[in-house]
Amino acid sequence: MEYRNERILSLKRHAIDIRADILDMVSTKVGHFGGSMSIADIISVLYFDRMRNLDPRHPKDPKRDRLILSKGHTVLAQYAALCELGYFPREELSRLKTLDGMLQGHPDIDRTPGLEAVTGSLGQGLSIAGGMAMALKLDHNPAKVFCIAGDGELAEGQIWEAAMSSVNYHLDNLCLFVDLNGVQASGTTDEVFPIPHVAERFKAFGWHVVEIDGHSIPRILDAIEDSDRTKGIPTCIVAHTVKGKGFPFAEGKCQFHNSMLSAEQYQEAVAIIKRMREEVGK
Amino acid sequence: MIESLRQAYGAALVELGRKDRNVVAMDADLGKSTMSCLFQDAFPERYFQMGIAEQNMLSTAAGLALGGKIPFVSTFAVFATGRAYDQIRSSIAIAGLHVVICGSSAGLSDYGDGKTHQSIDDIALMRVLPHMQVYCPCDAVTVKGLMRVLVEGTGPAYLRVSRADLPVVHQENEDFRQGLRRLRDGKDGVVFACGTMVHESLKAAELLERQGISVRVVDLYRVKPLNREALLREAEGMKAVVTAEEHNVHAGMGSAVAEVLGKVGMVGVQDSYGTSASGYEELLVRYHLKDKDIAAKVAEMLGKA
Repeated sequence: MEYRNERILSLKRHAIDIRADILDMVSTKVGHFGGSMSIADIISVLYFDRMRNLDPRHPKDPKRDRLILSKGHTVLAQYAALCELGYFPREELSRLKTLDGMLQGHPDIDRTPGLEAVTGSLGQGLSIAGGMAMALKLDHNPAKVFCIAGDGELAEGQIWEAAMSSVNYHLDNLCLFVDLNGVQASGTTDEVFPIPHVAERFKAFGWHVVEIDGHSIPRILDAIEDSDRTKGIPTCIVAHTVKGKGFPFAEGKCQFHNSMLSAEQYQEAVAIIKRMREEVGK
Repeated sequence: MIESLRQAYGAALVELGRKDRNVVAMDADLGKSTMSCLFQDAFPERYFQMGIAEQNMLSTAAGLALGGKIPFVSTFAVFATGRAYDQIRSSIAIAGLHVVICGSSAGLSDYGDGKTHQSIDDIALMRVLPHMQVYCPCDAVTVKGLMRVLVEGTGPAYLRVSRADLPVVHQENEDFRQGLRRLRDGKDGVVFACGTMVHESLKAAELLERQGISVRVVDLYRVKPLNREALLREAEGMKAVVTAEEHNVHAGMGSAVAEVLGKVGMVGVQDSYGTSASGYEELLVRYHLKDKDIAAKVAEMLGKA
């Protein structure tokens, strides 16, 4: 129990570091703040606990677990984790979206070590993840493929094509997180393009579905273990999250989908990060 | 001898699959037309029937390529290039992945099915994509030869395959990395042709010969990247240059030839994708889209550079 508590505390600290780095990255430029914050806890668990055989010196190690960020615009969270793991120098974070920087506005495998696919045009990542999972099965490679899709992204028809083929090919080495933060670029998903019953939809498509609080580190850990035990079909973890999580001025607001913080908002966010760190004793 | 190009595609796929176990094949419920069904029979565990869902098929191919496989993806040319265009662009081409896309029943060769099934824009769609190679073979021997080249290569490639059975005009032992081949010599003019139109061009040369006009016929089976030097050599000194393709005259093989032989200075993005930047202006400079670039090009065209 004590070990588990230590493990959870450590992942909470990593999640705070991720949020702090995202904040730094958007401190002087426009960026996808809201959706990066909503996946910070999932990213923390994946990169600092669950994804196996990650090695920044051998980013293409065949044994590694993979993450495809289908909602590629929130790659800031992934950059924060990859940087912390040593895939590229910390200076690159401040060079985000600059000419010849390693960190592009959307995931670019030519530029950034540790990224697995080109995403950004929404709806394609689950298919790419499925193809990777198929390749691993052909090679009898036990590595696992994770994918994170947004809830607004579920309007893309290709997601549902991939939902069908992943079941047809029994991709139990594929685990999809749906970041159900309920807000997209121009409003709430209910206002813009309602997609209710996400869990039921994936169940109807033949997936194993787990529904969790996407900001609860223990629930994320448990859900991944649940997916590890599931054989013959892929797992969808429907993660209820809050867009802009942790920053009350931005939480649940589409204005922070892709924006620049005001000086006051930035100062407030810095103070929040400080309080978060004090709470976990760091 | 007349042979089926799609039969050659299926047979070559089996041959490649036998040599390299990383070769995988995918189709969208048209395997009996594209003849990828031959691979399905030979290697069922490496054949992925993706159903009538082309977008998912192309992005899944990207995943397979990222996982070390060499996917050969086939369906009708219209659906491969049109329906799944953004999947090819984003998942495959930007990433520069080694995926071979076979656009089958290409051009007008699916004669009965009409406009929805006839591809008159596939060469244009594929050649405009940076990183993409575009091939348009005219016979079964070229299909097989190109596939042997493609399996060894890197990056994405589009292989345009007619539904028709066509005469064999190439040799088994040719070097298909050359990108073009002169099939008939002549001194007055040259016809650059690809696909089915190679055969029509050879017959046209016969017609012209009876009128005392001597025409060279070149099979330009690799539309992108063009073998510029060889193309210029074949066109040198010719009083007439004609292109022949089973495709829209806009933005197809003929346009590609005109871009090499033409006298228009072109300022624009030179076949590369964009990149992130701190500001728009930075990108206009990076991609040579500024006033000074236009001025330099004008001066160059006037011979004053």
